[in-house]
Amino acid sequence: MMSRIEVMKTYKLFINGAFVRSESGRSYEIKNSKGKFLANPAQASRKDLRDAVSAAKTAFIGWSEATAYNRGQILYRIAEMLEGRRDQFVSEIIAQSGVTQKIADSEVSQAIDLWVWYAGWSDKLSSVGGNQNPIAAQFYNFTTPEPLGAIAIFPNQKAKSASGTLLNIVASLAPVICAGNTAILIAPQSAPLTAMSLAEVLATSDLPAGVANILTGKSEELVSWVGSHMEIDGVDCSGLSNSDQVAIKVSGAENLKRIHKFADDKSTERILKFMEQKTVWQPIGI
Amino acid sequence: MSKFEYANAPESSAILNLQSRYQLFINGKFVAPKSGKYFKSINPATAKELAEFAYANNSDIDLAVKSARTALTKVWSKLPAAERGKYLFRIARILQERAREFAVAETLDNGKPIRESRDTDIPLAAQHFFYHGGWADKLDFVVKNPKPYGVVAQIIPWNFPLLMLAWKIAPALATGNTVVLKPAETTPLTAMLFAQVCQQAGLPDGVVNIITGDGATGANLVKHPGVNKIAFTGSTEVGKAIARSIADSDKVATLELGGKAANIVFNDAAIDETVEGIVNGIFFNQGHVCCAGSRLLVQEDIANELVLKLQRRVSLIRVGDPMDKNTDMGAINSAAQLQKINELVESGNKEGAQMWQSDCKLPTNGYWFAPTIFTGVSQSHRIAREEIFGPVLSVLTFRTPQEAIEKANNTQYGLSAGVWSDKGSKIMWTAKHLKAGVIWANTFNKFDAASPFGGYKESGWGREGGKHGLLAYLKAGK
Repeated sequence: MMSRIEVMKTYKLFINGAFVRSESGRSYEIKNSKGKFLANPAQASRKDLRDAVSAAKTAFIGWSEATAYNRGQILYRIAEMLEGRRDQFVSEIIAQSGVTQKIADSEVSQAIDLWVWYAGWSDKLSSVGGNQNPIAAQFYNFTTPEPLGAIAIFPNQKAKSASGTLLNIVASLAPVICAGNTAILIAPQSAPLTAMSLAEVLATSDLPAGVANILTGKSEELVSWVGSHMEIDGVDCSGLSNSDQVAIKVSGAENLKRIHKFADDKSTERILKFMEQKTVWQPIGI
Repeated sequence: MSKFEYANAPESSAILNLQSRYQLFINGKFVAPKSGKYFKSINPATAKELAEFAYANNSDIDLAVKSARTALTKVWSKLPAAERGKYLFRIARILQERAREFAVAETLDNGKPIRESRDTDIPLAAQHFFYHGGWADKLDFVVKNPKPYGVVAQIIPWNFPLLMLAWKIAPALATGNTVVLKPAETTPLTAMLFAQVCQQAGLPDGVVNIITGDGATGANLVKHPGVNKIAFTGSTEVGKAIARSIADSDKVATLELGGKAANIVFNDAAIDETVEGIVNGIFFNQGHVCCAGSRLLVQEDIANELVLKLQRRVSLIRVGDPMDKNTDMGAINSAAQLQKINELVESGNKEGAQMWQSDCKLPTNGYWFAPTIFTGVSQSHRIAREEIFGPVLSVLTFRTPQEAIEKANNTQYGLSAGVWSDKGSKIMWTAKHLKAGVIWANTFNKFDAASPFGGYKESGWGREGGKHGLLAYLKAGK
């Protein structure tokens, strides 16, 4: 009996809520842990990056104005959608990295729970990260954190388990959009497929188009374009080599990008480092 | 219109025991520079030499950084936090005791009116130490397991010499760091007096080191491998150079840089109070203020009336001898700064804006510039885009609140902004949409140790003052 031919997935970029091929027409090959062909994901170009930044900047206007409660519910919705597709992610992780079912299961569970953790943070940031300041004169004065803008993300690549990619992507993306920022996430070059599957989750979670954009491709190319792009306001460079981090910092100085790297998955630092503190003074009087 | 005539009310400089020469302050002692070189600081109100200051070269920088490192590991890090805080309280008290002397020194070296150094610079500097003294043993409320960075290099500007020193040194010491501070080339005097205060307070040797010099001294201090953290206040251009120069290291930086603040006036604002606020926003400290309200955005229907009232008020500003207690506006800090102001003002005239200047009489010696207002300014003019850092106001108009926000945010900077209106919800809406770190509503140029200060975008990284300012000097320990 002839076995059924599997329908393979075409991996594209995720820009402004749509799945698009690279305008450059380029792709590159990804194999599984045993060396067998898996997919030809898109190799994003400079133009694709610009499109993603443009989408992120436009989306920022609405997303940063959304109420914190609303943003929290959408992050929670992402957790719901991921839970619903748990089997897909578990089997993809096993196919790509060759880890056991148990490890893949655990990673997906942690990723879902991390979305829930960050979902709960959105409407506590002003309470924890802001302050009312006691001025030595008759003024009402308060400081409140505000989102920064468009953030480029190179997720950490040090895997927590034998796979780890999904968890690292969620740990870097969730805090950025939790704050009201918008994201251009550059998937790890050697393990890009999980990020694109996550895009399918984001696309069905009521997340407005352009809030999260995901590119795949060669990070050495993308690093220089990200560093010099004047509309990118911050960079999470956790997943970059030392020399790439230096390159981003040097070119990023031109518009004083906020450039950070992180180790912990769960941390308020990840949210607040990409926020600006605004202090407002108002006289007290009649 | 007739003007009030004021009798002279000069402050005496007798309280200041001015030395002819000041040495470097390293490891608790005043030492001659290895460079063997000295440079002069002048009084900008007279263009006469005030005193000589030691020039720190790389050997001097090295000694200062090593002294800060030794003090950190041997003394400062072993001191209980509460005891550390007590040194800051002591310093605050000594600054209050010597306030008049410091005010005189500041005015002579900087050119700002004695009224401002007496009522603003020195009291705020003392408050900064007092405020941070109390934080030293309460840092657990700010960061989990707080740890200092180590040796901090601090570089400060000439516009508020002692106040900027306080903004830098107080939080650094409260959080357990040790310091090498470089004051600005043209205003090193109060920093050297502060070194005496450190001695009087019995601050352990090497916890604070003060080295004088020029831009090269600052750049070399930033590059010294023994430095863990940089705190810089100055131009955006130099801030970017610092960001590049530390890219290949583990050093972190806080940068407090330039600004081109929008001061938005809606047609429902209380007009006379607003005029006072605009004057304070741009002519305070000769406009040598990074957060100065240098772009006035006025709602179109009240623009003519407001500008007339503003001109009448500005023509009453008394410009002259900074040591006179009646003086409102003092001298421009240096010949170089005066040249920069002249150049930008010339560009305003060339590009088609209409200039109005107060007809006040300027002294003949020293560096002076009359209060200036440009109307008919468009967003593309250099005087609407570049930081002038002088007593020059650019007036633009708008029709709708949305247009005001769009124009206000149309800048690389994002340090401060002002909004004038009698309607609370409109103030909050405007404050929410302005991309700036400090928003003054119905006031301007107010500062307090408890209030975080710092900018969005190319106005810098991080905050100074308040709870948020501490984060710049602490990392979370394990």
